Amino acid sequence: MLGILWIIAGVAAITLLVYSAATNIHTAKGDIGKPIPWIIIIAVFTPVAIGLVIFGWYSFKGEYDGEIKT
Amino acid sequence: MAAIASTLLFLKVKRKPMPTDPEKGIWKIITASSVGTLIEWYDFYIFGSLSTIIAAKFFPSENPTAALLSTLATFAAGFIVRPFGALVFGRLGDIIGRKYTFLLTLILMGTSTFLIGLVPTYATIGALAPILVLVLRLVQGLALGGEYGGAATYVAEHAPIHRRGYYTSWIQTTATLGLFLSLGVILSIRRIVGVQDFENGNGWRFPFLLSIVLVIVSIIIRLKMSESPLFAKLKSEGKTSVNPIKESFGHKLNFKMVLLALFGATMGQGVIWYTGQFYAQSFLLTKCFIDYEQANTIILIALVIATPFFIVFGSLSDRWGRKNIMMLGMLLGILLYRPIFQQLYNLSDTSNKTVTEQTTTTGQSQVMSTASDSTTLKNFEDGSHLTMTSKLNSKGERETKKVMVLGGSPKLKMILLIALMVLFVTMVYGPIAAFLVEMFPTKIRYTSMSLPYHIGNGIFGGLVPFIATLITTIPGSNPLSGLWYPIIVASLCFVIGSLYLSNKMDEDVTD
Repeated sequence: MLGILWIIAGVAAITLLVYSAATNIHTAKGDIGKPIPWIIIIAVFTPVAIGLVIFGWYSFKGEYDGEIKT
Repeated sequence: MAAIASTLLFLKVKRKPMPTDPEKGIWKIITASSVGTLIEWYDFYIFGSLSTIIAAKFFPSENPTAALLSTLATFAAGFIVRPFGALVFGRLGDIIGRKYTFLLTLILMGTSTFLIGLVPTYATIGALAPILVLVLRLVQGLALGGEYGGAATYVAEHAPIHRRGYYTSWIQTTATLGLFLSLGVILSIRRIVGVQDFENGNGWRFPFLLSIVLVIVSIIIRLKMSESPLFAKLKSEGKTSVNPIKESFGHKLNFKMVLLALFGATMGQGVIWYTGQFYAQSFLLTKCFIDYEQANTIILIALVIATPFFIVFGSLSDRWGRKNIMMLGMLLGILLYRPIFQQLYNLSDTSNKTVTEQTTTTGQSQVMSTASDSTTLKNFEDGSHLTMTSKLNSKGERETKKVMVLGGSPKLKMILLIALMVLFVTMVYGPIAAFLVEMFPTKIRYTSMSLPYHIGNGIFGGLVPFIATLITTIPGSNPLSGLWYPIIVASLCFVIGSLYLSNKMDEDVTD
């Protein structure tokens, strides 16, 4: 069931980033007001967030059940 | 790049046969790997440490194109290029071998760093200057992305069972030592040539130019190394991967371990690493207003105190397990960051201090003859002093600048607090090389461990200042609000790592 939590976390993270970008671009001062950093960060972070969703899916399906030796 | 790689592959280098006792030759291997990795970190950090000067020389803010290139240099190098470098060089390392790949990364890093020191300024060659610096900075990021995975893998594949954490922890010291070296070189050169010549003349170039000497020495050392025995065995048996990227990320069995490595370990490790060192440095300068030289000296001393603990915790992880120590380091950061940074703030907060003497001098403004500039100097009972200057800038706007120099006792407390945070760093970072190596099979190890490492450190860690600034725009925020980002990310990682990772070590790295 925790897998669902990670899926939600992944979706929430990217949603929050996009919302923050929309709110701050051209309104805030400094780097957070510039579009380029947001484009780079959202472009790079989207696959990471998708990765968290996939991780959550694997967890939900029991792929990580049992000992994971490191 | 392919031509260079091919050339390196066919280099005939005389080398001594590997000693039969694995521990006998290990110190040469550690030295060869660590020295090069340390130099690469140094090369990467001097750019960041001198970013204000570089921005003034190459990316004048009044020029929109130059300002755009500056933003790209800042963000693209860390966020995009490092993970990309991890993929490119990880793949190369799993196909042609560890040794030649991280020889290549060293050559790329050293050359690009040296060339940054030679690029004429924007005032001399115009728009070509920022373009050249941007390209060279991206090459730095690419090289760094390929370096760490190779060095850690190389040492780990030589290390005996039960001592892997100890031996790989020497590689783990290199990032912090690289920061230490960069700060030390910058402060020393700044003192030798003088602040004016350093910032307004060409003194800032010396840390970049010095790099080539260090890199040449490292290359000579690395050329004499043998290939990793595990990789050499794999290659002789014809079992190397044809497409390590596809095997790492296209097969579920490996891909799910890459995801677990990222979300259960390197994500939290990256934010702890960044917060305890770089964010702390920035906090001292921008929130506590500590004098530049004193702030960096405090950081340097704290690094000296705490750095040996990389070895301690790496070694302990051989006995106690990697997971327990890493999770403990994350937990301590989660629980203690806010009180520690509050203490740092309090130590410089003048409302807590007793003024013993105050003098104010005023003079005519150099910008507007009808206005005046003033300088106020306050001495405090604890030996600290604060200098506040109020002057008109070139746009006619009044700017107030504060610089605090701490007295003996508050300075010492600050050093110890920063050292404590670096201690958390040593706990999460000391064991992680061995941890990542043990997670992945030999044939895709370089690729598989490099990407989560650089995403965790380059993206999650690198986002700390940006997100911290973002948080301060939220109504009701205070100087400590930026800490919520690393605390939340580390908490998520702590939960995932605690639930999904086992503390048992996989002793067999020959799979």
